Amino acid sequence: MDLALFVHVLGAFALVGALATAAAYLVAARRDGSLELMRAGYGALLIGALPAFIVTRMAAQWVASEQNLLDSEATWIVAGIVATDVGFVFLVAATVAAGLAVRRAGAQETGGEPGRGVSIAAWLVGLLIVVYAVMIWMMTAKPG
Amino acid sequence: MYDVLLTLHLLSAAIAFVTLVMFSAWAIGAPTTRGTFALADQAWNVSGAGLLIFGIWLALYLDGYELWDGWIVGALILFAAASGFGALARQQVMPLLEAGGELTARQVTAWHWLRTLSIVGILALMVWKPGA
Repeated sequence: MDLALFVHVLGAFALVGALATAAAYLVAARRDGSLELMRAGYGALLIGALPAFIVTRMAAQWVASEQNLLDSEATWIVAGIVATDVGFVFLVAATVAAGLAVRRAGAQETGGEPGRGVSIAAWLVGLLIVVYAVMIWMMTAKPG
Repeated sequence: MYDVLLTLHLLSAAIAFVTLVMFSAWAIGAPTTRGTFALADQAWNVSGAGLLIFGIWLALYLDGYELWDGWIVGALILFAAASGFGALARQQVMPLLEAGGELTARQVTAWHWLRTLSIVGILALMVWKPGA
């Protein structure tokens, strides 16, 4: 159980760190349209946040299985499942939006025109950071 | 009260990973900017204060734990080491940023990976609590 919890918490912290890193680069790219910053934001999502999300979610399942909580309907578990499943859709959407923005900017070689994709990705990532901060509280306080 | 302290302690730990991931991104070639450096720097300061304050508060608040428990002392030693490594990592980065230069992976990695190992070590101590 301890190893599963360790992997789950490590993955969750890495996910928050990767999302904040992506947000910092995407917001900066939105301001000055730098392709390099856009790429860094996209990279933080693709090789940082997505793998961290998968590790966190799989380890959560591992913890739940070891504690016989797979069928639990406790509020904090249901909220965690909903937040991660819906969060995954948002995370994929943010990654795709950032990727398309990088592709478009790379093709046009534009400077100072970040495009809508960067803004969408930045907003989605910001929303995910807030949701996962609330999830840290829920996993700790375990309401219900 | 316990839930609030533990939540704040864990949020502080999560914020520490903002710095760790940001430095890792630089280590693999992401651009270093004043904005991202300021965020990494502030995140490290806020998380350090939060981890220490709420961690010690928790140890004092809970009946089962004492500040001199082996795993807590170990965590405090690793925390001091992480702070030292973090300061050294920062010292290497600052002059380059002020001069408008670019960081190289080698300049970022050495102290950064030691700091990362220290923080992961603290997390392991918090989860397993050896001797508790």
